Amino acid sequence: MKGLRFALPLALFAALVFFLWRGLSLDPREVPSPLIGKPAPAFALAQLDDAAPTLRRDDMLGKVWVLNVWASWCTACREEHALLLAFSGAGIVPIVGLDYKDTQPEAQAWLARFGNPYTATAFDGDGRVGIDFGVYGVPETFVIDRRGVVRFKQVGPLTPQVLEQRILPLLKELSRG
Amino acid sequence: MIPQLGQAALLLALAVALLAGTVPLAGATLGRPRWMALARPLARLHFALVVAAFGCLAASFVRNDFSVLYVAVNSNSTLPLGYRLAGVWGGHEGSLLLWLTMLAGWMLAVAQFSRQLPEAFVARVLAVMGWISIGFLLFMLLSSNPFERVFPPPPDGNDLNPLLQDPGMVAHPPMLYMGYVGFSVAFAFAVAALLGGTLDAAWARWTRPWTTAAWACLTIGIMLGSLWAYYVLGWGGWWFWDPVENASFMPWLAGTALIHSLAVTEKRGAFKSWTVLLAIVAFSLSLLGTFIVRSGVLSSVHAFATDPKRGLIILVFLAIVIGGSLALYAWRAPTLGLGSRFGVVSRESMLLANNVLLVVAMLSVLLGTLYPLLLDALGQGKLSVGPPYFDTVFVPLMVPAVLLLGLGPLAKWKQAALPELAHRLRWAAVASIAAALIAGAWAGHISAGTTLGLWMAFWIVASIAVDLWQRRGQWQALPRAMVGMLVAHLGVAAFAFGISMVKSYEAERDVKMAPGDTAELAGHVFAFRGVREMQGPNYDALQGLLEVSRGGTLVATLRPEKRIYRVQQTPTTEAAISPGPVRDLYVSLGEPVDQGRAWIVRLYVKPFVDWIWGGCVLMALGGAIAASDRRYRARRRESQAGVIAEAGA
Repeated sequence: MKGLRFALPLALFAALVFFLWRGLSLDPREVPSPLIGKPAPAFALAQLDDAAPTLRRDDMLGKVWVLNVWASWCTACREEHALLLAFSGAGIVPIVGLDYKDTQPEAQAWLARFGNPYTATAFDGDGRVGIDFGVYGVPETFVIDRRGVVRFKQVGPLTPQVLEQRILPLLKELSRG
Repeated sequence: MIPQLGQAALLLALAVALLAGTVPLAGATLGRPRWMALARPLARLHFALVVAAFGCLAASFVRNDFSVLYVAVNSNSTLPLGYRLAGVWGGHEGSLLLWLTMLAGWMLAVAQFSRQLPEAFVARVLAVMGWISIGFLLFMLLSSNPFERVFPPPPDGNDLNPLLQDPGMVAHPPMLYMGYVGFSVAFAFAVAALLGGTLDAAWARWTRPWTTAAWACLTIGIMLGSLWAYYVLGWGGWWFWDPVENASFMPWLAGTALIHSLAVTEKRGAFKSWTVLLAIVAFSLSLLGTFIVRSGVLSSVHAFATDPKRGLIILVFLAIVIGGSLALYAWRAPTLGLGSRFGVVSRESMLLANNVLLVVAMLSVLLGTLYPLLLDALGQGKLSVGPPYFDTVFVPLMVPAVLLLGLGPLAKWKQAALPELAHRLRWAAVASIAAALIAGAWAGHISAGTTLGLWMAFWIVASIAVDLWQRRGQWQALPRAMVGMLVAHLGVAAFAFGISMVKSYEAERDVKMAPGDTAELAGHVFAFRGVREMQGPNYDALQGLLEVSRGGTLVATLRPEKRIYRVQQTPTTEAAISPGPVRDLYVSLGEPVDQGRAWIVRLYVKPFVDWIWGGCVLMALGGAIAASDRRYRARRRESQAGVIAEAGA
């Protein structure tokens, strides 16, 4: 039975292959969300900037808007950040940030350092609102219509393709309707 | 016409690889010298064909032949010539062709520089490498053909990813792949030894220079990638524990372990099965790295080409190559036998401990990289594992590794005495702690973490100094392998010193600056002179101008840029860096504020940051010196005599 230990690497590798094979059929970016077509969860949160008043879901009723979930600890957020800044610069719709499971000083430093694309940022330090939104990969981006219904969700960093081919046409359609 | 030639060359290369993978192998098994003798000419022909294919793709880029889909996707008529050439490996298909070209190059090198090796062994090695080539050629021809045509051809191309339009990016992939693929030689040597059933000190001696050369290339490749991230991404960081960076770091760790265990196998005949396993693992991790980058199982900054079908093909290939070699290992390794015994305190035991540490480090990187994927595959949700995990795991592993790095070279083979070692190194210990404290005090403040980091650097230097002092008078006679080791270890010291200094004493500020404003940081005064528009060959840029002075004298003029590449309309940040041996001044432009009247400017003063890469260069240089040791190129008779002498000793 001593020879068995030489087979251990093979066994470990077989397990690895299994997981990689499963991984192939999963797209790290696309996750179905039960929220789509349903009203966005209600929230009332302090803003990251302490001086500003509480931010509520209902403040945004009547507007088409984008909710972007981010955190200062999230490296993937940096990936989409330039795009988000450009998107925000275009001034098409308000972009509300949801700072998820973070601390205020770190989040503020992060925005000061990388630029702030958000019209307002709600501070969700314990992540409760994030859980209501079904966040499980940061960054996530939601498009919410005038009646407060979630119309689109992207898990993982935004890409120019997603923005141009999915989000911008959707925003155009929603703003018209 | 040229693309068809390239396509034909690839098909012919596949035919040649099939021959190289079968005939010499059969010859080695059946004992037919003439079949075995085919291995070398086939390897040369294979090389010529692959290089021809590579040349055809490069020519298509140079001629802006947009009827080739890959050229249309990765180039543009306004792209400067240098980047058109770099575009050859700027995307998925071309990267594979580069990989294959490197493999063909290493096969050629083995064919040319293996006169001292037994024929049957060379035949087996080249056959194994031939099989790897078959796998890559099939993958390219079936799912990722770089010569695929489009009709009608588009009027112009889609341009090379702007992030890749950088001198660092021109050199980074070739060096990285040289290293990755170089481990295929050690892998093929290991598989050939398992097939042939002989694994002795001579085998280890043949494998060592190849492994060290590949490792040196990989070191430079990783270094260039890190340097590129440092000045292109504009965050001032140089390592992000991104899955793709980890993919290159894992084979490096395994390769480092392999280099050290090969030394033991050669000198003492011990660790045989462990060394063979490491050789298989190092190359397997290179393949796994290719899989991670090319299949899109993990999302990362680098994963620009993702396609599940391709992923499946690579996975099948991985399963065959790695699974096959591990199965062979499970079957044949038990017959390799044990080496000579050694004491609890000896150079062997220290090298073994170093190996364990490196392998545990490698496994923890592997775990951190694949953990999100494992959770996802089990339906447990998605998450990303970040730098905190890697930093927490890495430091406790590297401290004992560095301690051993100082002790090992001074310890005797077989049996060393701890009191004697302690006696010899007592001054090194005292001096390194004192130096760490002094350096910390000089740089600003003393903290436990920094002192530990600096101590590691000085400990290495001090132990090398002790070693050299005790060998005074015989420096002329030091073998190159030994000189190389000392240089590489000095590289580790420079690396540790750079990291400790940057981590502890770097200064950073984000300031809003209007033209004429000044900001002070770590004794330097940064004066912002404004921003002007300018035009590059294929981009428009805003270029800032900053003058940095220290104590009233101008020390640097920095021009950071924000670029928009015209074709893809992608913004990039070009940091401006004034490098120096004791500090880098690093400036990048953030966002315009106040309707463009002022800018957010990021200022960094990074002490000794260049030592990080300098350390890597020293490590690679050490590798190159060690690999060039004449002892490795000794004629067969002498090496056999050596085996007998060693066996008798």
